[in-house]
Amino acid sequence: MTLETVIGLEVHVQLETASKMFCGCAVEFGAAPNTRTCPVCLGLPGSLPVLNRRAVELGLRTAVVLACRIHPESEFHRKNYYYPDLPKNYQISQYQYAGHPPLATGGRLQIEGVPAGGETARAIGIRRVHLEEDTGKLLHAEGRSLVDYNRSGTPLMEVVTEPDLRSPEEARLFLTQLRAVLQYAGVTSGRMEEGTLRCDANLSLRAPGGPHGTRAEVKNMNSLRSVERALRFEEARQREQLARGEAVVQETRHWDEQRGVTFSSREKEEAQDYRYFPEPDLVPLVVDDAWLVQVRTGLPELPDAKRRRYAEAFALPEHEARLLTATRPMAEFFEATLRGFNQPKIVANWLVGDVAAYLNSAGQEIEDARITPAALAEMLGLLDRGTLSGRLAKEVLEEMLRTGRTAAEIVKERGLVQISDEAALTAMVDGVIAEHPGPVGDVRAGKDKAVAFLVGQVMKRSRGRANPEVVNRLLRERLAPR
Amino acid sequence: MAVPRSLADCTAAELRRLYASGEASPSEAVRAVLDRIAALDPTLHAYLYVDRDAALREARSWDGRAGREGAPPLAGIPIALKDNICTRGWPTTAGSRMLDGFRPPYDATVTVRLREAGTILLGKTNCDEFAFGSSTENSGYGPTRNPWDPMRVPGGSSGGSAAAVAAGEATLALGSDTGGSIREPGAFCGVVALKPTYGRVSRYGLIAFASSLDQIGPFARDVRDAALLLGAIAGGDPADSTSGPQPVPAYADSLTGEVRGLRIGIVKEFFGEGLAPGVAESVRAAAGVLAGLGAVCDEVSLPHAVYALPAYYIIAPAEASSNLARYAGVQYGHRTAHADDLYTLYARSRREGFGAEVKRRIMLGTFALSSGYYDAYYLRAQRVRSVIRREFTQALERFDLLLGPVAPTPAFLLGEKIEDPLQMYLSDIYTIPVNLAGLPGISVPCGFVNGLPVGLQLIGRAFGEATVLDAAFAYEQATPHHTARPSLLTRA
Amino acid sequence: MIDDRIVAHVARLSRLELTDDERERFRAQLGSILEHFQSLLALDLAAETPAEHASAITNVLRDDTVRPCLTLDEALANAPVAEDGLFVVPPVIEGE
Ligand SMILES: [Mg+2]
Ligand SMILES: [Zn+2]
Repeated sequence: MTLETVIGLEVHVQLETASKMFCGCAVEFGAAPNTRTCPVCLGLPGSLPVLNRRAVELGLRTAVVLACRIHPESEFHRKNYYYPDLPKNYQISQYQYAGHPPLATGGRLQIEGVPAGGETARAIGIRRVHLEEDTGKLLHAEGRSLVDYNRSGTPLMEVVTEPDLRSPEEARLFLTQLRAVLQYAGVTSGRMEEGTLRCDANLSLRAPGGPHGTRAEVKNMNSLRSVERALRFEEARQREQLARGEAVVQETRHWDEQRGVTFSSREKEEAQDYRYFPEPDLVPLVVDDAWLVQVRTGLPELPDAKRRRYAEAFALPEHEARLLTATRPMAEFFEATLRGFNQPKIVANWLVGDVAAYLNSAGQEIEDARITPAALAEMLGLLDRGTLSGRLAKEVLEEMLRTGRTAAEIVKERGLVQISDEAALTAMVDGVIAEHPGPVGDVRAGKDKAVAFLVGQVMKRSRGRANPEVVNRLLRERLAPR
Repeated sequence: MAVPRSLADCTAAELRRLYASGEASPSEAVRAVLDRIAALDPTLHAYLYVDRDAALREARSWDGRAGREGAPPLAGIPIALKDNICTRGWPTTAGSRMLDGFRPPYDATVTVRLREAGTILLGKTNCDEFAFGSSTENSGYGPTRNPWDPMRVPGGSSGGSAAAVAAGEATLALGSDTGGSIREPGAFCGVVALKPTYGRVSRYGLIAFASSLDQIGPFARDVRDAALLLGAIAGGDPADSTSGPQPVPAYADSLTGEVRGLRIGIVKEFFGEGLAPGVAESVRAAAGVLAGLGAVCDEVSLPHAVYALPAYYIIAPAEASSNLARYAGVQYGHRTAHADDLYTLYARSRREGFGAEVKRRIMLGTFALSSGYYDAYYLRAQRVRSVIRREFTQALERFDLLLGPVAPTPAFLLGEKIEDPLQMYLSDIYTIPVNLAGLPGISVPCGFVNGLPVGLQLIGRAFGEATVLDAAFAYEQATPHHTARPSLLTRA
Repeated sequence: MIDDRIVAHVARLSRLELTDDERERFRAQLGSILEHFQSLLALDLAAETPAEHASAITNVLRDDTVRPCLTLDEALANAPVAEDGLFVVPPVIEGE
């Protein structure tokens, strides 16, 4: 009997705010340890939390784009447990129990292009969206651990899915889509390597349509790729275990990226008892219609709308529009390039073609790329003016992506510099005139368009190095109507 | 006007007049108070920390300015802070060995406001550990003694503040009240003591006991001084989400002493079994005085008030168990020298740093919140709280104020109740319901039983401190009790 | 009602190391305190909403503006053990 894989995700998203959830400390990646703290996020005696309005608004934006039911009144709770990265030894979070809803529940996210026999588009249920504070960071040294509280109190949003995902690939697809949507909504930078998007997963196997099997929780997956790898491993592990006639144990397992395995964290048998209760230092959060209208109207253009706009306004093929809008940074790159070189079809071609291919092979995202939109626009300008041939442009672009240098620099250094010397160009121009009597006749007959063809021929002859303006002038002088 | 007696025994209002007329200076007043501390505190142990140099330096800076045009009303007035209120750079222990040597890098909002008001901060007063207690015997640094009888407790948890004001070791003081910790010591020490409405005074920088109940409030030797001090510390604070935005009336300026037509409800349940006859008599006599002044007194029943104590001893420990989780030997506070693993670091540091009552309440609160008991205890207690709050609100629709005793007995002997937690808890049966209802309550001296002061409690509507103070002022004007001073002082 | 097992469990949740003596004393004291609270059980409270928040205030929010932090020295001033700008704890095994 084939077993069906059932996956649910818990995604922790760092919200794009300037200050922390409950205090004015700056949210900053990479600051010196314990230099971004105050009495509140250090949990000093007497300190009190005050909720960040922007964090709530980003939570509400998420709830809107994930089509959730937003609860008119929600509250914060204390989740009590002892751990050194948690300065108060409780986390302020939103717990869900009878009569106590979190910020939002019951939404969905459409995923598309499901591989391996799935439907091509379907909705994954969102169980809830809630707000909470992040912990500090533990570092491990010889014989001791060290604590940095800079991250303590950083605004987090937890998005929990229904167990609707059916394969590791689908889990990755969902995360990719969720990240894109949240980036578009301006909710998060979504950089998994910096930990601004973190994912835990529950995975179990069952007979198709049957009752849920025992699930294992997989933690510590730090990239989209590792989510898929870890879940694939876990899926196989459970399958083998069941095949051997052994039961799956309900437990937390950690993903070891190096070894490519999940391992049991051997948590104490004693069940966790978080003793949730309403946080008495905070007051209830009431979201009225006026606030929701404000949130809706403040939403940036989301991927679907943008894709439709690109396809229509720029007459781009559907697959190009899709690739250009897959992530917000890609769409932003595209639009920024257009500001320097306003030929959407050409820009799109290069971005989804050579640029995307390079990034793919280098394992980079567009936001990691060493090329800037302005640099790409400059290169395309050179190409457009014929300073670069198409072939040279590909070479130059590759080097730009590799080194971060500009097209102008590369052209100059590699002796791709233009030939402006009139004597040298005159020889080439005369050669081209001799070889192409037809177009030459057209020009002489006043058909100006043919000049461009002849310029192109000279450019080709010079391997893209001829100064097109000089060539243009020389051609016109020679072919002026008599 | 001649200096009437030691400056240490003057009220803030008197000092202000003396400053204005040039008959006394803040330096002289602070020196008199410091001398009193030097003379009496070895006996009373009201203080855990006194900064003489800082106090004298601050006082000098107000010499010639305090009491004059443009100076804030409390400029140059010596004041003491309960040791659970954060003071930047000064030790702040909340009476716990756990916080031995802890010096916060920030000031509580009330500390900031007192500095801005020009008061002279003298030091930090003793209290029950983390404010858990009714006698100050739970302090990790030894008990405070009652100035009226050093064999007796000053009440608690703000016993140090109450004793300091009673003994002239401070002109004014701040305490905190979660279940009676301002009013009960106020009654035991014969001073005016006010617990404001929940949210009236910022809790930012108050070391938390039970966050939904804690309030900071004033101790003073008369009602006018209490009103002055409340005016200086009250008002919304962006750093405390639970503080109220209501405007702060000019409490001291609006004291009229007029109670004609004021409807006062005498709480029937506050005169039941367990109330010492002498206390009952004093408090009923006080009601008579108010009636004589034209107030309309009538009995009122709050049938669920008797359930306040058990509900409180679920809710307060539950919140406390979470509030005190942070004391685990990592960022600050006591850390055991003997721990190789994390669990031992936590469990042993807490074992060594906390006293018995703190451990008891942490255990009780953890139990009440734990899985399987939450509904039966914590939720049930919160439901009772709803009922109590409603009963008070309804009673205060019929009456302008409610009246009763502060505590069932006058100050008891040191050691008398320390071995019996439940007996100790019963000291707060008349104050706890007021915390659960979130209302303002004042303790005003209303007589003596066997030479020990008795307190009259007046309870007002939410944010109705002005009415509470005005009635207390009327009573005070009509009676001499507040002018009595402990015999200890005549020997000093 | 309160037995040794509950006392041990609660002490562990509370991170309180207790001697056998203390365990026994707390069992007795907590038992008698909770005994006293049995009066609450007789009340019919089904219709009551728990009063979990002390006041009627809602939506207290701060603007997302950055304010100065403590200096590193201030942050570490009260630390029992610190090293290179970090707080020190016994070795923690990830996932424990
Ligand atoms: Mg979480
Ligand atoms: Zn902070």
